[in-house]
Amino acid sequence: MFKILQKMASTGIVTANYPAEPANISERFRGRPAFDFDKWKDARPAAEVCPTGAISLSDKGDSRKVTVDYGLCVFCGLCAEASSDQAVRITQEFELATSDRRNLVVTAEYTLNADRAHRELRKVDRQLVNAETDVERLGQKARETIQKILGRSLAIREVDAGSCNGCELEIVALNNPVHDIERFGIQFVASPRHADMLLVTGPVTRNMELALLKTHRAMAEPKVVVAVGACGISGGIFGVNYASLGGVDKVLPVDVYIPGCPPRPQALLHGILLAVGHLAERLHNHRAG
Amino acid sequence: MMMQAMSAMFEALRQKFGQQVQSVRADGEGEIYIVLGDADIRPITEHLRGEFGARLVTVFAEDRRATEGVFFNYYVLEQKGSAQYLIVRAPVGADSLEFPSLSAQLPSVNWQEREIQDWFGLKAVGHPNPRRVALHDNWPDVYPLRKDFPIETVLPPFEGERHIYRPAFGEGVLQVPVGPVHAGIIEPGHFNFAVAGEPILYLQLRMFYTHKGTEKLFEKLPIHKAVFLAESISGDSSFSHGTAFCQAIEHAADIEVPLRGLVMRTILLELERICNHVADIGAIANDVGFVMANAHASRLKETLVTLNEQMTGSRLLRGMICIGGVRRGWEQAQLDALRNAVDSFACEFQDLVDMIESSESTRDRLEQTGVLRPDKARDLGIVGVGGRASGVDLDVRRDHPYAAYARYSFRVPVYQAGDVWHRMQVRVDEVNESVGILRSAMEDGLQREFRVPVPAIPSHRCALSAVEGWRGEIVHWIRTGPDNHLQRCKIKDPSLNNWPAVVEAVQGNIIADFPVINKSFNLSYSGTDR
Repeated sequence: MFKILQKMASTGIVTANYPAEPANISERFRGRPAFDFDKWKDARPAAEVCPTGAISLSDKGDSRKVTVDYGLCVFCGLCAEASSDQAVRITQEFELATSDRRNLVVTAEYTLNADRAHRELRKVDRQLVNAETDVERLGQKARETIQKILGRSLAIREVDAGSCNGCELEIVALNNPVHDIERFGIQFVASPRHADMLLVTGPVTRNMELALLKTHRAMAEPKVVVAVGACGISGGIFGVNYASLGGVDKVLPVDVYIPGCPPRPQALLHGILLAVGHLAERLHNHRAG
Repeated sequence: MMMQAMSAMFEALRQKFGQQVQSVRADGEGEIYIVLGDADIRPITEHLRGEFGARLVTVFAEDRRATEGVFFNYYVLEQKGSAQYLIVRAPVGADSLEFPSLSAQLPSVNWQEREIQDWFGLKAVGHPNPRRVALHDNWPDVYPLRKDFPIETVLPPFEGERHIYRPAFGEGVLQVPVGPVHAGIIEPGHFNFAVAGEPILYLQLRMFYTHKGTEKLFEKLPIHKAVFLAESISGDSSFSHGTAFCQAIEHAADIEVPLRGLVMRTILLELERICNHVADIGAIANDVGFVMANAHASRLKETLVTLNEQMTGSRLLRGMICIGGVRRGWEQAQLDALRNAVDSFACEFQDLVDMIESSESTRDRLEQTGVLRPDKARDLGIVGVGGRASGVDLDVRRDHPYAAYARYSFRVPVYQAGDVWHRMQVRVDEVNESVGILRSAMEDGLQREFRVPVPAIPSHRCALSAVEGWRGEIVHWIRTGPDNHLQRCKIKDPSLNNWPAVVEAVQGNIIADFPVINKSFNLSYSGTDR
């Protein structure tokens, strides 16, 4: 007993204060690949190496449409290594969660030279629908919502609908003393009957489809669904095949998507806090009508 | 020398089994193929097991109808005291679609033979329990790993009957169904407990809920992209599975990885091991109510995954392994961080172990709980941590050295008691050994190149690769095809062997101890289901 107390005292408080303070991450962490579309002379090498098809091309005559889908990206960094023109850069950005799947897709259109490299950038299309960019404010707002509207507790039911277990490791890490998600009044619960939020990792397999639907059905209204990781968003590297249905939104309506392979704990937290806003809105409507 | 030994083996087998044995040939240094002309492998595997003390590692099938007119079954055996694997290849007729089952004598291949039934439509004749395992009972009759089954096939909604569990009878006997969605944040699987009051009489398992067509997908992806698929076989073993896969390709294409690459792989493999072992030690303590120990263990794990990120850019060590070595070198600052992290980890880990060992109530709950007897472990073919706690003295790092393991000395802990406490003890010992390996490896060969350029991968080569993941023996077997693609990739995660150990270990224990017994094996559902 004495030893335990001694260890407690010598360890002190280790909990990080994200998102009130920026996340403490290694400078080598691979976050969102950023594309300098003006500078990009050729998208083919990056598209060629991309393991999941997150970078895809469609050529028509002397024009090319490049599609970058962060919902498929596994953050391997090969695109940056393959692009000799320095137009692709790996950033440290990880707060990529969004409520609109379209926000994760960027397209660019080029005219092409005879050697099929880019001649001129015609346009870039970024959706960014209702994106919440101020993370600190998001955290503050979510905390208030949980305090005032949800009676100081938000209950999450997690379902692995076919994942490799990578996402689960990071979700479990939310409960460790460093990330300590309970400081927000958020807890993971055993029963879907007690849950406000369904956190789903994918890809959704044929064998988990029914269990996922039943879990969702067992939850009381109002409820929100969060799709976690490249596989949960799009099927990721597994895609759609005889055994995999692809992303969670093939089966359930999804409120928030959290990119990553897997998303780091802070990215998960960011997505969960974003979903709290949706839940508050739904709760408000539910009570009103 | 090797040629001589092999022709001697061929002569001996010829004398005993006649024309059935067509040839014996070496494929690289690691494997000897024994090619049979007949599907009946029973007398030969029996002979090899008797004569060479060989252990059956894995069984799998391949559809070669297009080129050779038959299916092949492969039986991988490990000979005691030899680094070479024996691989017996037996044809399975495209008309008969039958092969003799070994499961009655060798329960360790029970699921693997049924997987062949489900995925290839080949019947295991004489199997004591030939029901579906790898495709669920409600699936239509499709054989997804046959070459004429396109991976993109969209199957209609399943209308077949769901699995019927064996009933358990008796006064006061109840059946408790659990899963596939569990109370905690874990992977899906279904457990059906038959209980008489508190004690468990009999546990029935249904796995493959996370089956996502992985082996088939390996045949579709170009090889360099398939490396990322290998990293996603089982999330907590990303680097081990990635290494197993890359090694297989390197064997097939005669690529020699430079020493620095091998040493870096060794370091990362050991980091993966200690990360997971520490988390498991905490989780085992947590499952018997010692929450404090888990808080410290999960904090330690967090410092390790932070280190992982510093060394590889990923907390799960992803995107670092590549064919020909590793993708990035290390700067001095990273090596310093590694050295410091290992030193402070070693101290903190000792504190954690002291804390758990000094807790009498924890010891009381873990000792004699979930016992897997050594004879059972041997019969069931249990490998890895669960095996070593029950007297099964196997470790791929020592028995079939890969990466840079031959350069370092380490002890393989083996206990006979086979309870939860000793499965934890194996982990504690292994973490300490890993720290030793890390310390030697950090001083070793880190100044030269870490990666070689990869040529086009030659077609029609087969290769086997094994890695001691933190859970146990991982085996990958590949056949290369044209255009940098694979024609077959067999993945054997240690979990596939070890689920029967859980069934065995829980018998007679109270249902409330199931979580801690399950955790003490901590098997991968995704690695099993693929």
